[in-house]
Amino acid sequence: MAILIDETTRIIVQGFTGKIGTFHAQDMINYGSNVVGGITPGKGGQKHLGLPVFNMVKEAVQQVGAEASIIFVPPAFAADSIMEAAEAGIKYCVAITDGIPTQDMMRVKSFLRRFPEDKRMILTGPNCAGTISPGRSMLGIMPGHIYMPGNVGIVGRSGTLGYEAAAQMKALGIGVSTSVGIGGDPINGSAHWVILEKFERDPETKVVVMIGEIGGPQEVDAGLFAKENMTKPVIAYIAGLTAPEGRRMGHAGAIISSASEGAAEKVARLKDLGVTICPTPAAMGATVAEVLAKL
Amino acid sequence: MDIHEYQAKEILSGYGVKIAEGGLAYSPEDAVQRARDIGGHVWAVKAQIHSGARGKAGGIKICKTHDEVADAAEFLLGKRLVTHQTGPTGKVCGRLYVEAGTDIAKELYFCLLVDRSSERVVMVGSAQGGMEIEELAVNKPEAITKIYIEPAVGLLDFQAREMAFALGIDAEAMSHAVKTIKGCYRALRELDCSMLEINPLVVTNSGELIALDAKMGFDDNALFRQQKISELRDKTQEDPREMAAADRGLSYVGLDGDIGCMINGAGLAMATMDMIKLAGGEPANFLDVGGGASAERTEKAFRLVLADKNVKAMLVNIFAGINRCDWIAEGVVHAVKKIDMKVPLIVRLSGTNVEEGRRIIAESGLPIITAETLAEAAEKAVQARNEVVAQEAAAQEK
Repeated sequence: MAILIDETTRIIVQGFTGKIGTFHAQDMINYGSNVVGGITPGKGGQKHLGLPVFNMVKEAVQQVGAEASIIFVPPAFAADSIMEAAEAGIKYCVAITDGIPTQDMMRVKSFLRRFPEDKRMILTGPNCAGTISPGRSMLGIMPGHIYMPGNVGIVGRSGTLGYEAAAQMKALGIGVSTSVGIGGDPINGSAHWVILEKFERDPETKVVVMIGEIGGPQEVDAGLFAKENMTKPVIAYIAGLTAPEGRRMGHAGAIISSASEGAAEKVARLKDLGVTICPTPAAMGATVAEVLAKL
Repeated sequence: MDIHEYQAKEILSGYGVKIAEGGLAYSPEDAVQRARDIGGHVWAVKAQIHSGARGKAGGIKICKTHDEVADAAEFLLGKRLVTHQTGPTGKVCGRLYVEAGTDIAKELYFCLLVDRSSERVVMVGSAQGGMEIEELAVNKPEAITKIYIEPAVGLLDFQAREMAFALGIDAEAMSHAVKTIKGCYRALRELDCSMLEINPLVVTNSGELIALDAKMGFDDNALFRQQKISELRDKTQEDPREMAAADRGLSYVGLDGDIGCMINGAGLAMATMDMIKLAGGEPANFLDVGGGASAERTEKAFRLVLADKNVKAMLVNIFAGINRCDWIAEGVVHAVKKIDMKVPLIVRLSGTNVEEGRRIIAESGLPIITAETLAEAAEKAVQARNEVVAQEAAAQEK
């Protein structure tokens, strides 16, 4: 099963013919993802990487049955591309783009809320590494080979720290059902809890690892959600123990604006809510192994 | 990005917000001239630094004569002011704002900011201005009014009125208050401002509503379309190392520890710093070199980390995804050969082509300490740092 994507998901690439779009589209195809075409306004009708190019997302939905899209459009135009995908009927969209203005993301979220829930596109990112269901489909920019297929769901803000977790797990023979990057921006498509809910409903996922960081309310919201709604164990690591208040740590959203947004504070809250805490980032794999052993 | 009070006031007055008459000064002579131009008998001489709580730090002087203005200016210019927002190093005051004294009947609090929970702009106000909102939120939360603004329709008149009533504005002053509030929201939207705070917003004895202080912060991601705002950047108010890093496309935050770090990815960087701390050390910096860590980029990052004289050991932790460990290893070897490194270097590589990367490091003949896991890397870095410190202590005794 996995969540969000599998080998049948029909994928298009927005920003297809650009340098970055081309590179990652090829990488996804090599991994086995079912890429069916791409969008570059003005280049409709051409072929790229042996696949059709469309001017508009809605043409790709109509002509090749596109269901999921991945966005490599520059920051100034990315919000528009996300909204175009939502309007065209794309079901799931990953926005890779880093640097989208916050107000643009507020508009995107407000635009998405206009759709009834069953017709509303799921967005993850922006500023993320994407989503992978190992061995089935990759909708992202991660190194696919570090993920082993399995039963652990991963949801995290950071790309490379997510890789670290997957690699630690693989070294212990533990595989992943799906890994979802929700991105490092202050306003993002899906919060941690939205992804937790999908993992809870996925029969293949047995345990979920949440990799959070300083700043914002989403990790604690996820803890509250898990306590109320989840039967599956949730394991969390929160990065940024050494981060000082009021300083932005790389990610636009990684900033402690109030005392409750620090790593130690989030860890304390999550512990209270029954979430298993990884004591160190080096122990993510080992902690998952312990929890799996108890199931 | 933050701007100065005088810049924020200039912007806001263009959006219909009333401010007291004032002018900028770079010297005591300037300051006196500004006071003369303004006229009257009371002036506020205000240090322009990127921080709130300047009053408490002694950065605002109320003067009743031109001599007092000159003295205040003499005292403040070049002074390092420390507030809870600047950190212990403080910020140096390089310019002053001289403003006409305002007779205050009432002090209010008003702020607009991006709220991450609701994913909307929230308008926050209190009739009890003058004190810090954080204190008020703890001690008297019922005195704070919050109104959420739907981005698709923007701030509506009834919401602006609701806020004005909550601030205790009289009926006669209502239309001006609504204009002020709506002007602030327009400024926030049009200029990609992420935070706009007026504390205090004052009601004068003649019933006027005046922004006595103003603070604006802008979304860095939107500066590409806010050319005029970008030009307001005052580099003297920012950490020079962070500015240098930003100019090179690197994301750097200087800290107080002594183990320098170079990592790819913000999350992994924070996690590696956590690991250093858990191993008993303290990181000297946050540094994300990003995805394409080319040889040039790696060298720049090394120079940046080592420019901090506190650094006693340096840890490189790269998880190669799109890039490859062998490329990164070559970049590191190149950087170490080019820079005369005086501190021990610990390198941990993982991901794509890791064996090849490790071989390049091993065969370089350079004294690089390698580690396979994150825990091992942090432990070795702390150990190397402790050895350097012990050697320095021994050398000092001699």
